[in-house]
Amino acid sequence: MSTATHAHDTHGHDHAHAHDHHGPPAGFSRWMYTTNHKDIGTMYLWFSFAMFLMGGSMALLIRAELFQPGLQLVEPQFFNSLTTVHGLVMVFGAIMPAFVGFANWLVPMQIGAADMAFPRMNNWSFWLLIPAALLLVGSFFVPGGAAASGWTLYPPLIIQQGMSIDMTILAVHILGASSIMGSINIITTILNLRAPGMTLMKMPLFVWTWLITAYLLIAVMPVLAGAVTMLLTDRHFGTSFFNAAGGGDPTMFMHIFWFFGHPEVYIMILPAFGIVSQIIPAFARKPLFGYASMVYATSSIAILSFIVWGHHMFTVGMPAAGNLFFMYATMLIAVPTGVKIFNWIATMWKGSMTFETPMLFAVGFLCLFTIGGFSGLVLAITPVDITLHNTYYVVAHFHYVLVSGALFAIMAGIYFWLPKWTGHMYSEGLGKLHFWLSMIGFNVAFFPQHFLGLAGMPRRIPDYALQFTEWNQISTVGAFIFGFSQLLFLYIVISTIRGGAKAPDRTWEGADSLEWTHLPSPVPYHTFETAPVVK
Amino acid sequence: MMTPAQELENKRLMGKLLVITVAMLGFGFAMVPMYKQICDALGITQTRVVGAGNTQVDASRDVTVELLASNAGLPWRFEALERSVKLHPGELVTVRYRVQNNLGRPVTAHAVMNTAPSVAARYVEKQECFCFSNQTLAAGETREMPVVFRVSSNAPRDMDVISLSYTFFEVKASGA
Repeated sequence: MSTATHAHDTHGHDHAHAHDHHGPPAGFSRWMYTTNHKDIGTMYLWFSFAMFLMGGSMALLIRAELFQPGLQLVEPQFFNSLTTVHGLVMVFGAIMPAFVGFANWLVPMQIGAADMAFPRMNNWSFWLLIPAALLLVGSFFVPGGAAASGWTLYPPLIIQQGMSIDMTILAVHILGASSIMGSINIITTILNLRAPGMTLMKMPLFVWTWLITAYLLIAVMPVLAGAVTMLLTDRHFGTSFFNAAGGGDPTMFMHIFWFFGHPEVYIMILPAFGIVSQIIPAFARKPLFGYASMVYATSSIAILSFIVWGHHMFTVGMPAAGNLFFMYATMLIAVPTGVKIFNWIATMWKGSMTFETPMLFAVGFLCLFTIGGFSGLVLAITPVDITLHNTYYVVAHFHYVLVSGALFAIMAGIYFWLPKWTGHMYSEGLGKLHFWLSMIGFNVAFFPQHFLGLAGMPRRIPDYALQFTEWNQISTVGAFIFGFSQLLFLYIVISTIRGGAKAPDRTWEGADSLEWTHLPSPVPYHTFETAPVVK
Repeated sequence: MMTPAQELENKRLMGKLLVITVAMLGFGFAMVPMYKQICDALGITQTRVVGAGNTQVDASRDVTVELLASNAGLPWRFEALERSVKLHPGELVTVRYRVQNNLGRPVTAHAVMNTAPSVAARYVEKQECFCFSNQTLAAGETREMPVVFRVSSNAPRDMDVISLSYTFFEVKASGA
């Protein structure tokens, strides 16, 4: 195994079977006590999918209420709780754990390590998510209902609501601790456990993007923890960080929150860039165009993310110099992002492309993320943002980057690596059906929201003026198509785990990272116990 | 499997990363005073309000308002702190008067305004004046009183000097 280095060598894995006597224990204790990066990755992904369905149900309830003007289904307070918890669940429960799941599965295999650097802590990082999720969703059932302040938790509203806020704050603390532990694990694994010859600039781009993401996480999750701690002490311990009645400043919270919040946006998109950077070369059957520039662009985006938080708060009365600074800094981020987009296009240029489901999702990502990027540039213009702030245009923008950006990349990655993980091919026909239903449903749901926002429809309100009715109805129809087509995704994944055509070890002929070239499908429980040598 | 040396190296790196984590937690709290200090130092605490100056001020001309004070049969010492004030029509100004009750008993009095020329009275717009209410002063008490007013920008252009005069009359206790 240690000498198996050639890209086409698929026989070098034979030794791996020698370790099968050390297989996983059966039953629940396997998952409770596991320190295996593949088990933990699987649990992260299932947890993420469960949260995705939960947050998605809330979104469908929101869209059902907005199908008609007036109040039909839910009380306004409950509607506000739905938008708030939908946001928190999707950000902290669905998108982030999904990427950590990918990192657990792929980082050790792609750098030729046997496991993560701290396997026991890895187990902890996952199991902390469960109490956090219970607190977050359980807050719906306490007096006063779940947090209704929006996922950004702005004071003074958040200081006034009931005990559900304390549950939310505690959930954020636990999720933050989990993310920080996961990040320390990932950074240590990548920096210390790479196989001989696997230099930093030979690492697959997914590993690179996660290395940078993990640094972002340990830099900003503690800041969020500090911000919500200040909320907690303002609520219960008589401090006045944000309480104007005691000399505090509510806009201070916005500054601290968005100092976390904007890097958080890139935490949710950089691993997606990494996944897409693995998939597009595989199906274009060409190496990634501009590998080094991709690494530098990712780093630039990460660094710039620390100096643009003010663009979330152009309307709070910052000085003109501040507004201008944040406007130009935000526009600057379009440069490295553009480098990435053009590199992906150049990778496809004159490639021998085929369009299996992972590639469809990757190309869908490329098109729709670019739309989301452009609407982001529109919102970066201070005077335009003052008009569009808190309208549905903003909602459309961030769903284009988070759903058709982050989520499409996650789905692309699932289809791409599912044959490697399970040893079975998924149904290509059903996969393509899932893609087209998602693509059409998503665009029907969210493209009209640009029009609604430009026409002045505000977000986070359960009622609207009559003239917005038609586009809202179209949007709701699209949302239900998109939402229910995810049940098809669930069916495809389960049936692929249970059986299906045998997947070849190198499922995609253009894929060339270690898990494809050195490991069988399905991957054995333990891999790379002797590190491969990379030339 | 990992060698002890490798595990030690991993723990070292974890230690460094934990230092960053704790430092960033501290940084989150430090932002509260830092924002205040930096914004004060750079003078960028406020949105610059463009063009919100008072457009009703007619800066093209000046009006001199002479401030006079007198008593009608009262031994009060009553005077303006300035003899006159120069202002633009539309501009809000504050002037102060001082009054002292030299009588050995409490006195209630009311001030009546007069202008010269008398037509100017309609252009003197008062927001705050001691003449709006009775003034009761204890024996020997001194009081400073503001008048906040402006001269309307509708005032005729040839009205460049206005005499503003106040006269205190004693208010006799009535049966009511």
